[in-house]
Amino acid sequence: MSSHAGTIDHHHDPSTSTGIPNKKLLMWTFLASDCMFFGALISTHLIYRLHPMPDAPSPKNIFSIELTSFSTFILLMSSLMMALAVTAIQKGNLKSMRWSILTTIFFGSIFLGCQVYEFQEFIEVKKMTITNSMLGTTFFTLTGTHGTHVAIGVLWLILMYVRSFQPPEAGRNTAWFIRHGVHIAVIIGAILLAIFSTLALVHTLHTGENLGAFFGGHFAMLAGLLACIAAGIFLARPNGPVNFGEANAIDVESMGLYWHFVDIVWIVIFTAVYLLEYL
Amino acid sequence: MEAILKTDLHAKDAHAPAKSSLFWRPTAQSGLISWLTTVDHKKIGFLYGVFALFFFLVGGVEALLIRLQLMYPNGTVLTAQQYNTMFTMHGTTMIFLAIMPLSAAFFNFIMPLQIGARDVAFPRLNAFSLWTFVAGAIIINLGWFMKDGAPDGGWVGYSPLTSKTYAPDHSIDMWVMGLQLLGVASIAASLNFIVTIINLRAPGMTMMRLPVFTWMTLITAFLIVLSFPFITIALVELMMDRLFGTNFFEVSNGGMPILWQHLFWVFGHPEVYILILPAMGVVSEILPTFSRKPLFGYPIVVFSGASIGFLGFSVWSHHMFTTGMGTMATAAFSLATMAIAVPTGVKIFNWIGTLWGGHISMRTPMMFALGFVWMFMIGGFSGVMHSAAPADAQQQDSYFVIAHFHYVLIGGSLFALLAGIHYWFPLMFGRKVSEFWGKLSFWVIFAGFNITFFPMHFLGLNGMPRRNFTYESNLGWNSANFIATIGALILGVGIFIYFAVMVYTFLKGEKVGKDVWDARTLEWSLPNPPPEYNYRVIPTVHARDAYWYNKQHKAEIAQEEAEHAKAEAAHGGIHMPHQSIYPFVASLGLFIAGLGIAVVDHDPSPGFWGKKIGLSMIGGVVMLAGIYFWALEGNEGYHIHLDDEGHAPADKNAAKH
Repeated sequence: MSSHAGTIDHHHDPSTSTGIPNKKLLMWTFLASDCMFFGALISTHLIYRLHPMPDAPSPKNIFSIELTSFSTFILLMSSLMMALAVTAIQKGNLKSMRWSILTTIFFGSIFLGCQVYEFQEFIEVKKMTITNSMLGTTFFTLTGTHGTHVAIGVLWLILMYVRSFQPPEAGRNTAWFIRHGVHIAVIIGAILLAIFSTLALVHTLHTGENLGAFFGGHFAMLAGLLACIAAGIFLARPNGPVNFGEANAIDVESMGLYWHFVDIVWIVIFTAVYLLEYL
Repeated sequence: MEAILKTDLHAKDAHAPAKSSLFWRPTAQSGLISWLTTVDHKKIGFLYGVFALFFFLVGGVEALLIRLQLMYPNGTVLTAQQYNTMFTMHGTTMIFLAIMPLSAAFFNFIMPLQIGARDVAFPRLNAFSLWTFVAGAIIINLGWFMKDGAPDGGWVGYSPLTSKTYAPDHSIDMWVMGLQLLGVASIAASLNFIVTIINLRAPGMTMMRLPVFTWMTLITAFLIVLSFPFITIALVELMMDRLFGTNFFEVSNGGMPILWQHLFWVFGHPEVYILILPAMGVVSEILPTFSRKPLFGYPIVVFSGASIGFLGFSVWSHHMFTTGMGTMATAAFSLATMAIAVPTGVKIFNWIGTLWGGHISMRTPMMFALGFVWMFMIGGFSGVMHSAAPADAQQQDSYFVIAHFHYVLIGGSLFALLAGIHYWFPLMFGRKVSEFWGKLSFWVIFAGFNITFFPMHFLGLNGMPRRNFTYESNLGWNSANFIATIGALILGVGIFIYFAVMVYTFLKGEKVGKDVWDARTLEWSLPNPPPEYNYRVIPTVHARDAYWYNKQHKAEIAQEEAEHAKAEAAHGGIHMPHQSIYPFVASLGLFIAGLGIAVVDHDPSPGFWGKKIGLSMIGGVVMLAGIYFWALEGNEGYHIHLDDEGHAPADKNAAKH
């Protein structure tokens, strides 16, 4: 933890002409550009919504507004945790930042899991694919692009979390380099296994099979999940001084800007793609 | 990974403090490695310039082939298919691979010098932009060497010409993927320039003291950042249609080809200003220098540049007047287009005001700059003619349009960029082109250009359509076409003289001292060529024409510099970023993934892990590895300490920061 907590002014960088840190300005400008990306995609969806084919499927029969409302709520809560992570590191509180980042990753993964479930449901049960209707084309492209943004955000959060364990002089430390690679791998593994075992559990409950069959059929997956979580906990134990503190607040803050932006885009998508159909 | 293995061989003891880094820190100052790993904005700018000029010559050869085909009626130089390929690649090459990167070369080389900075804000991101641009340029041009052939859908790629039905081979895929990479490169570079201009200005360099070229760089960068996403999304949708069978532009499933046109031109019209605003910036530097007067109405020039940028987003549908948008939309876009002529005209008057009463010295850069003002004006006049929708309905897709935009792009952008090369050449390389050969090349280019494109106005009004590979002899187009082709050959000779003289000068030209033009802006205070750290002492800016002011207040500035030099030395000397290979690795990954997506055949039999997906995934992994190592190696640097004469002792390993 940083020994000089509270001595850095996080809102003014004297080395730049404007006092805005370069990384923050870069992120804001990038987000302006990203606005245009989503603007073009959302416009495409809305334009084609006004020109449906005669045999077009009705979105209301396909969407599950309850599920999407739930995942929207979870994503918004992840923004709260992200904000707490930024505040924590600005005060030099590394432990609190790590917990907040882990919670953000957890919520982001729930959102991604919901999206995987939703896509599977639409394709296999509702028979809407990316090719067989214009709604499918614009819906999967738009929400898929957003999902990719969330996935990139989760990956970034994982990398930042693992980075916060980096010892001083890490650039000369081969052991740490291998260790942090393993750390990243087990977290990604835990997220993927958790999503797929939850989906399998939901599928089991849907079809009315008993839970014994679920545990029997997915034993390896569940064991792998437990192993990944255990390894994640093991690798996160305190291990000497780290080269990560209040000075890195700008890195966490830039990541936070991205994360909040992706959430705001989802609010627009949720309104324009889902809620609009129920007016 | 190689770097890690290497360090392990060298350092046995894991805890030795002197152990070298896990990350390869290249220090080569010459040779291939130095160019691949450079983060110096001047070297990157030079590379942009070299690649741009190479592709400019490629695009020029394509243009000459087009003109030779049209020299006589029923020409047989090219087949119809080859002709389609030529005009597609001529347009794509000249816009994306010649004019834009040539502007980027000046953004990189000149802009940081003009604001008194030692580099751009993110030097490694800058290297990434360069190599991604090169990757995109290669992918677009790969078709020449493949059986699928080069792209042939027109540079605007109108749907359904680009659909799987009409273009089943990979040529359009390569066009799509190449343009996507160029978009990534342009956006990354522009983000960097925006942060640099806003945040890295020397003390005293307020926004309203920025040189006009830097202002135009800033506005152009904003245009790129806000308009490129539209073509990116249009290309994503097209790629989804082609690869995954989606319906975006598939009429039988409810797709609307007109959507492509809108998305393309929402990007495409700001793109026009992306091409011309840097040129206006260059001319706004050259005219005051050779008129020996400050720029007339500096704030007006800046604000009219900004309003051109704003209005540029509200006029895209004037490319689509004949698509039946309805009277209201047509009238609105027509009015907006007429409005954009106002700030453009304001600039012209300001340039004339700058010349007015000046001590004009007719050097080669000045000749090209004056040629720009005149020729760009002619292009502007025919542009205003297009803004009237009923007139445009007659001119749509005719040679009148060809004449118009070549007056704007050659007479405008290219003349100014050629002027810029002459103007900054002494600063970049310490040598100067001979006045005789420079002026000769100007007059040959000027004559050839006008002989080529002026007759096209008449051809267009007489009904000759663009993009037709030949014409019958009884249509009254013979003599104008013949004259235009002769003109194109003269233009080709002029360009050849220009570049031959340039190469000669680069190798053996007359050596010149500092500030050869007696110029006004900060970059001329540097010795030529500028040292890697640019400024020995970060300058303090006291006036708009900063260097002009310094030249009038020598004693006072010298004293101020000496004080600042002491202060900087006390703070650890000049901080320089390390070279890095990882931006190149990330671009290489994008290149491999681009090849996988665009070039490799889809192989349906082995399921998910076919060659196509395999290669794309490998590219993705290489890119991620590049980005991740880039992040992990950190933005460390080294310090240079200069002695009083400005010589740097070799202490590269000193003082890691």
